[in-house]
Amino acid sequence: MSRAVETGPRRSRRSGRQGVWGWLFVSPATLVLGLFLLLPILMALWVSLLHWDGQSDPFTGGETDFVGLDNYRELFTRDGLDRTLFATSLRNNAYYVLFFVPLATGLALTLALVVNQRLLRGRGALRTTFYFPSVTSTVAVSTVFLFLFQGSGAVNGVLSWFGMKGPNWFADARGVVWVVLGGLGLVDPDHPSGLLAEHDFLGLSWFEWLSGPSVAMCTLLFLAIWTSSGTFMLIFLAALQDVPRELEEAAALDGVTRRQMLWHVTLPALRPVLFLVLTLALIGSWQVFDMVYVMGQGAPGNTTLTPAFLSYQSGFGEADYGQGAAIAFILFAIILLCTGAQRLLLRERTARTSRKAVR
Amino acid sequence: MSTHPVRTRASRTGASRTPPALGRVPAPWRVVGYTVVVGMALLYLAPFVLQVVTSFKTEPDAAANPLALWPTTPTTAAYERLFGVGDHGTSVPFLRWLGNSALVTVVVTVGRVLFDSMAGYALARLDFWGRRVLFVLLLAVMAVPNVVLLIPRFLVLNSFGMFDTYAGMIIPLVVDAAGIFIMKQFFDSVPREVEEAARIDGAGVFRTYWSVVLPMARPALITLTILSFQGSWNEFTHFLVSTQSGQYETLTTGLARFVAGGLGGGSQYPLKLAAAALSTIPVAVLFFCFQRQFVRGANAGSVKE
Repeated sequence: MSRAVETGPRRSRRSGRQGVWGWLFVSPATLVLGLFLLLPILMALWVSLLHWDGQSDPFTGGETDFVGLDNYRELFTRDGLDRTLFATSLRNNAYYVLFFVPLATGLALTLALVVNQRLLRGRGALRTTFYFPSVTSTVAVSTVFLFLFQGSGAVNGVLSWFGMKGPNWFADARGVVWVVLGGLGLVDPDHPSGLLAEHDFLGLSWFEWLSGPSVAMCTLLFLAIWTSSGTFMLIFLAALQDVPRELEEAAALDGVTRRQMLWHVTLPALRPVLFLVLTLALIGSWQVFDMVYVMGQGAPGNTTLTPAFLSYQSGFGEADYGQGAAIAFILFAIILLCTGAQRLLLRERTARTSRKAVR
Repeated sequence: MSTHPVRTRASRTGASRTPPALGRVPAPWRVVGYTVVVGMALLYLAPFVLQVVTSFKTEPDAAANPLALWPTTPTTAAYERLFGVGDHGTSVPFLRWLGNSALVTVVVTVGRVLFDSMAGYALARLDFWGRRVLFVLLLAVMAVPNVVLLIPRFLVLNSFGMFDTYAGMIIPLVVDAAGIFIMKQFFDSVPREVEEAARIDGAGVFRTYWSVVLPMARPALITLTILSFQGSWNEFTHFLVSTQSGQYETLTTGLARFVAGGLGGGSQYPLKLAAAALSTIPVAVLFFCFQRQFVRGANAGSVKE
């Protein structure tokens, strides 16, 4: 009884002391994250409303031009080079997302299912092999890919063994959709037909919107899939090992085939993790920057330009920091929108499955 | 962000000892399966093999026989040029890049381990005013993608007079939100009893943290160390926007500027690939020594873009 009486004052005294220590413990982290993460975003929001060339101090007033939403207007409504470049970068990245997300996720899931086979020899070595590219720096592996995909490089050498003539990867700005359709003789990629060439959206003709990723962009896609599939594979592997063994054994007793086991037992159990990987892939693929910098800087014909790189280039290349900041915010909005949409989907799905299956 | 429970070694080895629920795959399928798997593994390895082999080739050899698995006339010229030995002339300031990378990585890693674990501990255990708000802010900050910060970071460093300095390269990286999150999760998962005992014995908050909590947190600290090392060694975008002069170039920015043009003079692939290979070695060594921690890190939601 006396104990209960004593804890009252001691608790409050301790939490008072803890309060001071708590703030001491979080202060370095709060300071750094506040100054170099939150403050930059606020400052950039202000700069995105200016026409600022990086010379004067944008926060003391003086020589800076306050242009309101002009930087944003130039990207969406005003006809001109800025808008065309921005639309081009959006198209490039959208195709990148469209190919990267399903291919990387599918490949990672396949690798995980293979490496998870309990009777496979050398599982550890295989896991290491598939994961290793993920830990290296993008700059270093981009250098390697530049070498491999040269016009007379290793990849085209391998293709020639099979009698194929590889393209001049990094110089080829043709979109793969038109390359394939042209190869089938359905369209003439060099002379786009009337309807597609005459109409445009955001300053880019329909023909260009529908082109698909360029051949040069494909090399970036290969690299991204090669370096990300290992990480995603590990996430799937951890989830696979959490699939309740009783479930598999019960299914085996019921005499299911291998394929039924995969479709009706394993994959449903992986669903939440599948959504996690899809989200990570989606967020990551709107942020392509490092490999663009090393492997093309937008060339050829702006077909490897991404919004992230365009933002950097407007600021550091053309000294138009207001425009660069505006692009960064639009990119931020796109990423938040994607994450939000997937979170929502994920929440609904998990709620439904947890209601259905009481483990 | 994922919140998978960290798997213990026991359960992992236990899982591999139990036989699969379904029997063996029939023999013909097994052959097909192994062929495909080995083929895939070769695809994943080939770029690295060609990279290392080519770095020992002469430039004409590298251009003429990009697929040859052995140099026609093996030479270490590329490496000698990188380290400035022999009479091949100087090439790129590789040793400076290496020194800068090492310096930044060491300071950032030490900083992250210390500050992230302190903040993570406070958020998990200490009772202080504003803790909830801080945690919500942390989650919000974690959602900010790095590429969005390119120009904003430059703006801040520029106004603080930290642009093109070591301080500007290091300080913004010395704390990371994801690391704090990992540490908080870890401290949430360990029982309070030991700490309570230390407190009752009269140890203060800092004493308890330093001599009781931190030693207990070793597995999480190792994971954090490795993630921080890998992250700061491979960091590119932040150094690109926080510096401009050559004296601050790291392995990533130096190599990227060299490869993306600028320094001209032929393709120089053996030299570029040698520099890329050398810059990969530290992380590769770390990876082969601490694979388990890397696996754990990948499952803590850290993903390379």
